[in-house]
Amino acid sequence: MSQTSQDTAIRTGRVTRTLIYLVLLLFALFYLLPLYVMLVNSVKPLEEITGGGMMNLPEVFTLEPWLQAWSSAQIGVEPTGLRPYFWNSIKMVVPAVIVSTILGALNGYVLTKWRFKYDTILFGLMLFACFIPFQIVLIPMARMLGLMGLAGTTWGLALVHVVYGIGFTTLYFRNYYAVFPTELIRAAQIDGAGFFQIFWRILLPSSGPIAVVSIIWQFTNIWNDFLFGASFADANSQPMTVALNNLVQSSTGVKEYNVHFAGAILAALPTLLVYIVAGRYFVRGLMAGSVKG
Amino acid sequence: MAVSADADFKTRLQNWIPKLVLSPSLAMVLVFVYGFILFSVYLSFTDSRILPSFGWVGWENYDKLWRLSHWETSLINMGIFAGLYIVICTCIGLGLAIFLDQKIRGEGLLRPIYLYPMALSFIVTGTAWKWFLDPGIGLENVMHTWGWTSFEFDWIKNRDFAIYTVVLAAVWQTSGFVMAMFLAGLRGIDNEILRAAQMDGASNWNLYRRIIIPQLRPAFLSAFVILSHLAIKTFDLVIALTGGGPGRATELPATFMYSYTFTRNQMGIGAASATIMLMTIAAIMIPYLYAELREKR
Repeated sequence: MSQTSQDTAIRTGRVTRTLIYLVLLLFALFYLLPLYVMLVNSVKPLEEITGGGMMNLPEVFTLEPWLQAWSSAQIGVEPTGLRPYFWNSIKMVVPAVIVSTILGALNGYVLTKWRFKYDTILFGLMLFACFIPFQIVLIPMARMLGLMGLAGTTWGLALVHVVYGIGFTTLYFRNYYAVFPTELIRAAQIDGAGFFQIFWRILLPSSGPIAVVSIIWQFTNIWNDFLFGASFADANSQPMTVALNNLVQSSTGVKEYNVHFAGAILAALPTLLVYIVAGRYFVRGLMAGSVKG
Repeated sequence: MAVSADADFKTRLQNWIPKLVLSPSLAMVLVFVYGFILFSVYLSFTDSRILPSFGWVGWENYDKLWRLSHWETSLINMGIFAGLYIVICTCIGLGLAIFLDQKIRGEGLLRPIYLYPMALSFIVTGTAWKWFLDPGIGLENVMHTWGWTSFEFDWIKNRDFAIYTVVLAAVWQTSGFVMAMFLAGLRGIDNEILRAAQMDGASNWNLYRRIIIPQLRPAFLSAFVILSHLAIKTFDLVIALTGGGPGRATELPATFMYSYTFTRNQMGIGAASATIMLMTIAAIMIPYLYAELREKR
């Protein structure tokens, strides 16, 4: 959205402008509210929350809830905290993001610079795969992972995320390479450069921005996934989102809201950091998935 | 001769490499998406219970499904949820986009604040809102300690209102994204037309009503398609926020499918409900993707 200009022909009076600022600020507060609630309540003792102080700043500041959420809270039957599940998520996300982005780049290259009959239909088939309700593939996928010996493993989850992510990564690279001058490719071909040489020497060096878009999109999506994690992971391979849900929903003992909030921030932190550092690329990915061009 | 045969082989290889490179992805999609869809649709016509089984039962599962009050509840909830979610997100998104488009100071700060929820997991969103809306410790309790003792807000625990808390959390998560879609549309409008209309004495209200908003039609369409497909797929948010309850007050087709397939061991009925979800999304997405891809040529 960086390319958007602020130029507009509409002129507004002072009263209207004040009202507009007021509404915009109110909405900003609305969007920040849950983040505020999570943050302040994750650093206060439990009594302050149950005593009706959810909106107050902490009277006693403590990092204890964070430590508990990270390393000692009860998740399922084990008092391990979220730490092992955090690493499960990392082990699932990293290979899935790398593989799906590489495949997306190659697919986008083929679909724009080596066009053949029916290529748009094939691309449409790949793209539609991103939008299906994944409930329709849960049952056969569970069987397939079992047959492949990947049931209940982070590798299995990574595979699932590659399969259902390539539609989007292909879309990004396809749209990006579509506007790349084809004459350059033709010239390189006349000079005798082959398929991979052209990709490696000509397209890849200028693919930085779209690769970032693809990596960030895939990272956010896969990290935040719950359905596949809940369906295919076992107790030892659960990703962060599933573990967080188990922590919050567990019905045994006292509900430690402060630990829940700390856990929620821990689960949100990686994607939130990526958003703060490279939000521009994240938004670009979002927009490419909806409005074309 | 040898040279030309070699060159011939090379060009033919060059012609095949692109297709070879595309084929692993294509094979994966064909098997894991379309093959699996066929498999699930097939299962919806079988007597599968705890495991897939292949005894053909015709339309029996669909017959049973439509007679289940549980399914009816989840469809009614879907109607309420999707309707409100799409309309409210579109209104907030369009409103914020129009306001942000008035040369606002601090736009660069406000925009990321409106959009950051999109980067969060629905489980995180659900957790935050679950405890904020909880009458015991959240908003209601806070109002009581602040002195407003008659304040009541127990929607999340109330069968008749719990579905609206799902709408609230979902709107919180995606309305900023809709804002970004409309803002991109607004920024693409030619200012010359607006200036000309202003010369003719058109008011701001009329500018928006007659010129700007009609030009945002593609953004409206995209917003509708994206929001409706998100609505139908809503699953994690309900699980984290209400767990489908109280009772079945916030069950949606996605949670219905999950519980029938994996906890109630009625895989045939689960597959039938998944098939209906797929058909609904296909009816919305296929024309949209078709139009988008055709325009590109």
